[in-house]
Amino acid sequence: MSEAQSSFRESRLDEIRREASQFGTVQQAGIRAAGSPLPKASPQTGYYQQHLLKEPQWTPLVPLYFFVGGASGSLGVIGSLADLIGENDDLARKARHMATAGSTISSVLLIADLGRPSRFLNMLRIFKPQSVMSVGSWVLSGFSAFAAASTLADILDTQIDGSPIATFLRTIGRTGCTVLGMPFHNYTGVLIGATAIPVWNNRVRSLPREFGMSGLQSAVSLLELSGETDSNALNAIGLVAAAFETWEGIELLRTRDRELAPTKQGLTGALIQTAGVLSGPLPIALRLASLFTSRRRRRLRQAAALSGIIGSLCLRYGWVAAGTVSARDWRIPLNIPEPDASTSFDRRAADSLTRRTP
Amino acid sequence: MSGATDHTGIQPGEVTSFLTDSTLCIGCKACEVACKEWNGISADGYDFTGWSYDNTAALGHSTWRHVKFVEGEITPGIGGNSAQQLSWEFSSDVCKHCEVAGCLEACPTGSLVRTEFGSVFLQPDICNGCSYCVISCPFGVVQKNEDDGRAFKCTFCTDRQKAGMMPACAKACPTESIKFGRLDELKVEAQVRLATLQSRGMTDAQIYDPTHTSVKGIHSMFIIRGEPETYNLPPRPEVPTIYLKDAWKSAAFEAVAMVGAVVASFFFLGRKG
Ligand code: SF4
Ligand code: SF4
Repeated sequence: MSEAQSSFRESRLDEIRREASQFGTVQQAGIRAAGSPLPKASPQTGYYQQHLLKEPQWTPLVPLYFFVGGASGSLGVIGSLADLIGENDDLARKARHMATAGSTISSVLLIADLGRPSRFLNMLRIFKPQSVMSVGSWVLSGFSAFAAASTLADILDTQIDGSPIATFLRTIGRTGCTVLGMPFHNYTGVLIGATAIPVWNNRVRSLPREFGMSGLQSAVSLLELSGETDSNALNAIGLVAAAFETWEGIELLRTRDRELAPTKQGLTGALIQTAGVLSGPLPIALRLASLFTSRRRRRLRQAAALSGIIGSLCLRYGWVAAGTVSARDWRIPLNIPEPDASTSFDRRAADSLTRRTP
Repeated sequence: MSGATDHTGIQPGEVTSFLTDSTLCIGCKACEVACKEWNGISADGYDFTGWSYDNTAALGHSTWRHVKFVEGEITPGIGGNSAQQLSWEFSSDVCKHCEVAGCLEACPTGSLVRTEFGSVFLQPDICNGCSYCVISCPFGVVQKNEDDGRAFKCTFCTDRQKAGMMPACAKACPTESIKFGRLDELKVEAQVRLATLQSRGMTDAQIYDPTHTSVKGIHSMFIIRGEPETYNLPPRPEVPTIYLKDAWKSAAFEAVAMVGAVVASFFFLGRKG
């Protein structure tokens, strides 16, 4: 029973008591028992509107992990490829170091969500290709090792000139970060897409793309905030990612499936739609504007970067929370159509039914 | 400890199943109690749901059997219920021990395994509480105990089965609404029972066993009356792994796009001198 409901009943009881002691009788009706007359279970109402699916039980650290992991994987790819082809060694080195830091933070966040370090080790008992959680744990571990190798190579280089060990570490680090950075930056979209949660499952084909591009944009943004606001290459990558996100956002709005309601309504909808603007059209406009001014370029690029990062965070938190809302929809897994205005289904009565999760 | 005569005669390696018959259930909740007793599960508290006489509400980490109280339209004439009263069916819900189980596919640690009886077993000493199984079960069965940090669900009394005993719930059921036995034999028994019920006029009786979906059938079948929705049983449950191919394809496409964008950007807008 909701608090408001029970306190209403308590106060009504007090009234009845007062009336009875004053007049000896009570004129008005007493208290309506909850749910009376007894609601019936039927193919239209399911089992008393009780939701079938269980809500996701991740802590709020998991969406943060999605953000950090997405950025870190992309930074690994940028750091490795920019090292090979780019002129700006500083930028590449910064990206590699941030990737290393990011993968470490990722592990810390995952362990904090599980509660104990030893629990993360259980992930590495086996490798199970059909479990995205298993694949992801191995990818995270592998990526962390390769990122660390790259960083170690950079440190060795500052100590000894042309050390063969450094060259070796750099080569395997670069290869590993590129190969594993690809799945690491977007596997979380696969992770939530291939589940029983309707809102995620509905977007199983686009969540990996969307999460990936969001990670790429965060990576560019983090580099820009660390001072790399002069790189035209970064600006171009940021534009590509933001254009992609804009397109995804429009696709989402155009798809009218009822599973997607939590992405358009309520707090989760607000978060996801805000994310769409902050990581789509807004950074595009700022990045394009930065091309036409040299005086305010820095500011504009920083603003675009900030917008992209906040957008990516909103995206992760919005989508994960949307899963919780979606799990509570009792109609979808039972294939029960939404009531339209013409049916006599009493929405208010249904919604006033209380819910208890054991 | 039960006597030797109670031995089910079922050996490890034979696939076992439940058949829960809602037309026999009297809602006594002996199964819920027996399950908690045998498995040492904590109580759920004294909460009232307020929406029916079902105060157990749902399956969960501490509820492995859940008797549903399904109130239906007035259906006089069957079972002698009065023409003024709502009809009442009870049905004891439980983990479905899916032929292809979403929880088992999703588990990264190998905590969830297929037993020698064909059921799905969660090994608590290996579970790390990642809760990925929770969102991968299309029946909303398995749940993480937030205090303990690990997930729990029905064990199908694998310990009892190994000792030749039937699961505690089936043993405690006073009306044999919960039947336990070999899967193939119970499939036949379900058909026979269905025919009997229909010949007695319960034309809405049906067997719930989603063999037509990617779940490919369950090891705890149900005989219900009317549509499965009424019992919170999904008409088309799917194992989430069937979506993996599409998901990874999308991921691969985007990863290649990312590498392309990075390479092209640095090549055209900041190449090594
Ligand atoms: S019903 Fe859910 S918890 Fe039980 S075996 Fe199937 S997927 Fe696993
Ligand atoms: S919570 Fe435990 S049983 Fe469930 S998927 Fe994770 S490790 Fe496996």
